[in-house]
Amino acid sequence: MLRSRLTQAACAAQRAFSTSPRVLAKQMTVRDALNSALDDELARDDRVFLLGEEVAQYDGAYKISRGLWKKYGDKRIIDTPITEMGFAGIAVGAAMAGLRPVCEFMTFNFSMQAIDHVINSAAKTFYMSAGAVNVPIVFRGPNGAASGVAAQHSQCFAAWYAHCPGLKVVSPYDSEDARGLLKSAIRDPDPVVVLENELMYGVAFPVDDKVADKDFLVPIGKAKIMKPGKDITIVAHSKAVETSLLAAAELAKKGIDAEVINLRSIRPLDVATIFASVRKTHHLITVENGWPQHGVGAEICARIMEDQTFFELDAPIWRCCGVDVPMPYAKSLEINALPQVKDVTEAAIKIVGNKVGKAAATAGK
Amino acid sequence: MFKITAKASVSAGIILHNLIDPTKNALLTRLMRRVHFTAAELPRPLAPSALHDRYENGVITVAGVHPNVGLEQEQEQTARVRLQRGFKLHRLSEGPDTMVSLTQAEAVRYYRQMKAIRQIEAAANRLYKERMVRGFCHLYTGQEACAVGMRAVMRPEDSIISAYRVHGWAYLMGLSAQGVLAELTGRRSGCSCGKGGSMHMYAPNFYGGNGIVGAQVSLGAGVALASKYRQNGGVCLALYGDGAANQGQVFESFNMAALWQLPIVFVCENNNYGMGTSAERAACNTRYYTRGDVLPGIWVDGMDVLAVRSATEYAIEFAQNRGPLLLELCTYRYGGHSLSDPGTSYRSREEVKEVRRKSDAINRFRELCLDYGLQSQEQLEEIDAEVQTEVQNAVKVARSDEELAPQYLWADVYAQNIEPRLRSVYGYDLMHARSKPT
Repeated sequence: MLRSRLTQAACAAQRAFSTSPRVLAKQMTVRDALNSALDDELARDDRVFLLGEEVAQYDGAYKISRGLWKKYGDKRIIDTPITEMGFAGIAVGAAMAGLRPVCEFMTFNFSMQAIDHVINSAAKTFYMSAGAVNVPIVFRGPNGAASGVAAQHSQCFAAWYAHCPGLKVVSPYDSEDARGLLKSAIRDPDPVVVLENELMYGVAFPVDDKVADKDFLVPIGKAKIMKPGKDITIVAHSKAVETSLLAAAELAKKGIDAEVINLRSIRPLDVATIFASVRKTHHLITVENGWPQHGVGAEICARIMEDQTFFELDAPIWRCCGVDVPMPYAKSLEINALPQVKDVTEAAIKIVGNKVGKAAATAGK
Repeated sequence: MFKITAKASVSAGIILHNLIDPTKNALLTRLMRRVHFTAAELPRPLAPSALHDRYENGVITVAGVHPNVGLEQEQEQTARVRLQRGFKLHRLSEGPDTMVSLTQAEAVRYYRQMKAIRQIEAAANRLYKERMVRGFCHLYTGQEACAVGMRAVMRPEDSIISAYRVHGWAYLMGLSAQGVLAELTGRRSGCSCGKGGSMHMYAPNFYGGNGIVGAQVSLGAGVALASKYRQNGGVCLALYGDGAANQGQVFESFNMAALWQLPIVFVCENNNYGMGTSAERAACNTRYYTRGDVLPGIWVDGMDVLAVRSATEYAIEFAQNRGPLLLELCTYRYGGHSLSDPGTSYRSREEVKEVRRKSDAINRFRELCLDYGLQSQEQLEEIDAEVQTEVQNAVKVARSDEELAPQYLWADVYAQNIEPRLRSVYGYDLMHARSKPT
């Protein structure tokens, strides 16, 4: 499998730069991380329940809820018909009435059927009621491009949901992220959108013992430096973190020491961590699989522009994004539609050499 | 088939047998003239109701309702009233009671509540014309019997969610007239501190107030799911109009409510127009009580507070024990869709006048109270005056109170804010706050 080889390489790249002592850590897949997070929180709080398409008897379309229906039964693990708007509304209503639903979208592409409830019903009610009615709900599911599923099933919603005040939006990369962020999301009193990635579900990551702890949480709103570096900052989220780590390994071979930041949260955005990194490296690129316009990278650029950190830059910021087209089906086209390691490496080399703006200006002539 | 019977309350010792004699009863002759029944509308045999005794034992106390006035319970008299129009049933072999009881205290309460809603809406109308109400303002005028009839039989564990025509419901669910009107004028003493406005009012067991047509129906199914989940015995009334009845998610909610046997009553307040589109122009089937497919449904005269009460009582008991069902309350709004709509391009002034003249819920109920001797003309006028004072006082505050201080603009975005600073027009310099103490 290409992706597991890639991920192993990304992990190796991250470990190679790690300053902490190497311990033979146990492995956990992102799927198991999510599954165990749900299991923990279902056991901890009887207000928590999971609903969505195929979550119960089928064990989850992507097996995230495997075994939970057998363990918790019909009351806590609820199979819905294929009726996103309806069940998202029901989940939000239950949250308004004090339960803690986890609403699974089989993929976030289908959340567009229900986006009114995510925004208008979940995100805005606390404000509209002047703090009288909060909506402690989690919307979760795979987000972004999967593999060979074409335009309607390959889209990143990070920018969509992060646009909206009242929502919190997280996007885990590895098992530690997935487990800790989902548990935090379920315990949070506000609506949280958890953007997972189907391609990462089967990937195993080494995890510390603390990650398996029942109360292990990853704080919402904090980014993680995956690999420290001094020459250029690469900011990414979800699967693009993998691309960025691999690019950092390539760059290291060329003598460029890149710092890789895993955003973990899209809203709130941990700009403090990004700013601190940029003050150190003076160069920044963003990597995401979503579209460029008004995307996560665009927001990071704007944040830098609005801050004194702007003066720390030695070169323009550059974004590596999904290509500005609907996702094509064919394999080679799909690969070309998403930022690859070589794209990030090339962008970083140009930035560090302060050639990006010039190259673009020339290309425009 | 049509008759009125009356029963004397033992404690009161007042004999009302003369009501049975049509020659002596003006009400009955009026009713017989006015009401023309089709076969489907003929009053049905009384349905056995376990809850029925609750009326006979006296006043039902409902949490959050404004206090009754001027009635000694020992002297209470109870009238037995046959509803003027029967129910139409879908997938039900028997329906709600068509012979209902009405105590003096209930008569006072329903009359007072309906008058209060009408007065609040009249005040809202005036404030809107004075440009003190911004944006949308949808009045409930004409539909008062629906809310008051439903509220009368809601128990403390029941909840309600509705759409954007909710000033009356907010009042009935315990908010003051001032809380409602000051919200309309956007003042800090408004029930949502002026942050919600006309469509976003909330109270315990009242989940709004929703500006997205149809969204409240699936939210209501979620509230019902929470009741079932918690096993608290609560039933949710999810209200929607004939316009929203065509939204896809309404049918999605019917489906899941039926599958999961949620304790919910879907209540279609059919006021005949979804904005300016008449029911016939919007729905291939305007018998809204039949549109739940396998769900049972009941057509109700929504201009009769006692019919609504009887149907809702039946429906709550049904939803709790046998699963979800639909009510269609046939009603009418006197005003336009909102105050920016004169409401005359898609219907005639004569039509509105005709409904007001023949079917006005408050007039009908007033006559009933008088004819049954439950209230005197003077007593009703006293209530009118009292309601007027209450609303006038509320209007004063709604006019004079201040809007929230600017720092509350950025209050209540999150229950647990973790943004270091929220963004202002430029710069990230806002500290998140809460507009009410937590």
